[in-house]
Amino acid sequence: MTGIAYTGVPSAEELRACPGIPTPERRKKGRVAVIECVQEIPCNPCAAACPFHAISIPGEITALPRLDGELCTGCGRCVALCPGLAITLVDETYGEEEGAVDFPYEFLPLPAEGDTVDAVGRDGRTLCAARVVSVRRPEANDGTRVIRIAVPKRFLDDVKSIRRLARKEEEDAWTTK
Amino acid sequence: MRITDHPILGPAEAGREITIFYNGAPVPAVEGEPIAAALMNAGVRSFRRTAKRDEPRGIFCAIGRCTDCMMIVNGKPNVRTCITGAADGMRVETQYGYGGRKEQA
Amino acid sequence: MKKLRTEVAVVGGGPAGLSAAAEAARAGAKVLLIDENKRLGGQLVKQIHKFFGSEAHHAGVRGYQIARRLLRDVEDAGVTVASNALAYGLFPEKELGVVWDGKHCQVSAERIVLAAGAKENYLAFPGSTLPGVMGAGAAQTMANINRVLPGRRIVMLGSGNVGLIVSYQLMQAGADVVAVVEGADHIGGYGVHAAKLRRAGVPFYLSHTVKRASGDGALARVEIVQVGKNWQSIPGTELTLEADTLCLAAGLNPMTELAWMAGCAFLYLPAFGGHVPAHDAKMETTVPGVYVAGDITGVEEASTAMEEGRMAGLSAAESLGYGAGAALDAERAAIQRRLDDLRAGERGAIRRESKARQTAAAADQRQGGGAT
Repeated sequence: MTGIAYTGVPSAEELRACPGIPTPERRKKGRVAVIECVQEIPCNPCAAACPFHAISIPGEITALPRLDGELCTGCGRCVALCPGLAITLVDETYGEEEGAVDFPYEFLPLPAEGDTVDAVGRDGRTLCAARVVSVRRPEANDGTRVIRIAVPKRFLDDVKSIRRLARKEEEDAWTTK
Repeated sequence: MRITDHPILGPAEAGREITIFYNGAPVPAVEGEPIAAALMNAGVRSFRRTAKRDEPRGIFCAIGRCTDCMMIVNGKPNVRTCITGAADGMRVETQYGYGGRKEQA
Repeated sequence: MKKLRTEVAVVGGGPAGLSAAAEAARAGAKVLLIDENKRLGGQLVKQIHKFFGSEAHHAGVRGYQIARRLLRDVEDAGVTVASNALAYGLFPEKELGVVWDGKHCQVSAERIVLAAGAKENYLAFPGSTLPGVMGAGAAQTMANINRVLPGRRIVMLGSGNVGLIVSYQLMQAGADVVAVVEGADHIGGYGVHAAKLRRAGVPFYLSHTVKRASGDGALARVEIVQVGKNWQSIPGTELTLEADTLCLAAGLNPMTELAWMAGCAFLYLPAFGGHVPAHDAKMETTVPGVYVAGDITGVEEASTAMEEGRMAGLSAAESLGYGAGAALDAERAAIQRRLDDLRAGERGAIRRESKARQTAAAADQRQGGGAT
């Protein structure tokens, strides 16, 4: 069975029906939010967070957030505020060969600017190598970092995060007493 | 293992470092933290042994409800170590059965 | 023995109790808030994720910060707080037996709000008592409050929101989650929580359960097995995972002891975690003057608990003559709307229906001539 309730990964059909995904035309114009919120749950901080009123939750609070790509400036206010961490930004215009993805990240250790890391997709599988462009932690994010990575353009639709970095080996032994 | 840094909560608050004694052996602790936290950090997993089958029990609820973490603390049996704060020099012993030491089990 | 008198006694200092106490005191009532822990806030204090809901539900704010706000509200409203105070009994004439700082005392109140919350369900299987097998809430307390990692390699049994959120938080604390195991054929919690774990590489084993946990003196291995339609194990599908910690996230059940003692009418609502007291829209049970709020009325979310707490606090105060008229009605209508929001949509259907049965049961009881 496919779909987020069976796999934790939104299916192609769910993504096609999702009103938070910008159109291909809008994506060509530059950085824009991609809201992969495909399940009706009572939640709306994304709509309140958008200073440009580009996100709306029509009717009941459980309705899926709708993105108006023309109003979205790609500012990223919604990225760290979404409690479900379901919003990323894509920028197809970032470079000749590369596009950029901004995503929320809440693990330690953090990568540093310029590092090469593994970019992963919705199912956690490594898709390609990525270059870390920036790691930001605005006060308003309350701990959630927003990382921007550059990846080859053909992976832009599917890159959602990076592989968790290994912790430094701790010195204390984990023993059974 | 202590969680010294955390992506959301930030660095752990520095507390006063003290020593408690687990079955006679010194174990580092932070003053006021639950005894169970200091023991768990030190790798202790079995806190008491049951009366009938002498089976080990460890942390189960961590909020003072289940009694699996009861130990003998400063000579007093049946102390719930998950909600009892550590103090310098505290003597903590594995509890056997309903509150005894090994030789009484 | 110490004897205390108050207008409103609130039992439980979690999201529901704090909200009830603040509202009742703000309305003008003299309020005593009783909690068994040294620190108020209930389970909110270990919730480090951002909450869902709307702005009115503090959406986008992390749970432990919501607790801080509620504590400030309680303080500002002039509530008297009894922490490290265990309410062990509720006797006729609304008398509470309380052990406060180790000393016995008796609290008589004109109105009582029960907001005792819920406790984790236990699961029995071979090896389930081994050290290293623990409630998901226990692991969360250790990591987020005590700042000690309960283990390094975690198996989570249960994919409801608690299982998903705690798995993610243990990874934030530095552990690895080697599997989320779920007996049903679908993930129980929100898809977005599951998606976070999948992106971080956590495998899900649906239609699986734990066959046995084993290890020499402490957990070392978890054997899981696939289950068929009638929940029977399918031989030959066993899989052994190396893990030092197995967290049980098999749901919660309401802590209703005091409501039983009070003589409230109950009904059985599986979606709410078991037997729950019937109550009306104002959160009053079938025992006049005894109100309930939060998980004791049926296990839902902290956001729901806060709204129910507000409703109970306002109503208890009103019945004592504090606050009345159009302003109060409007406020209660707003709270009810927000509660309806939290039970909206397909995922809220079963809770909507259960809540309707719960309020209908209270009405039936009253028509039929009172409590059981």
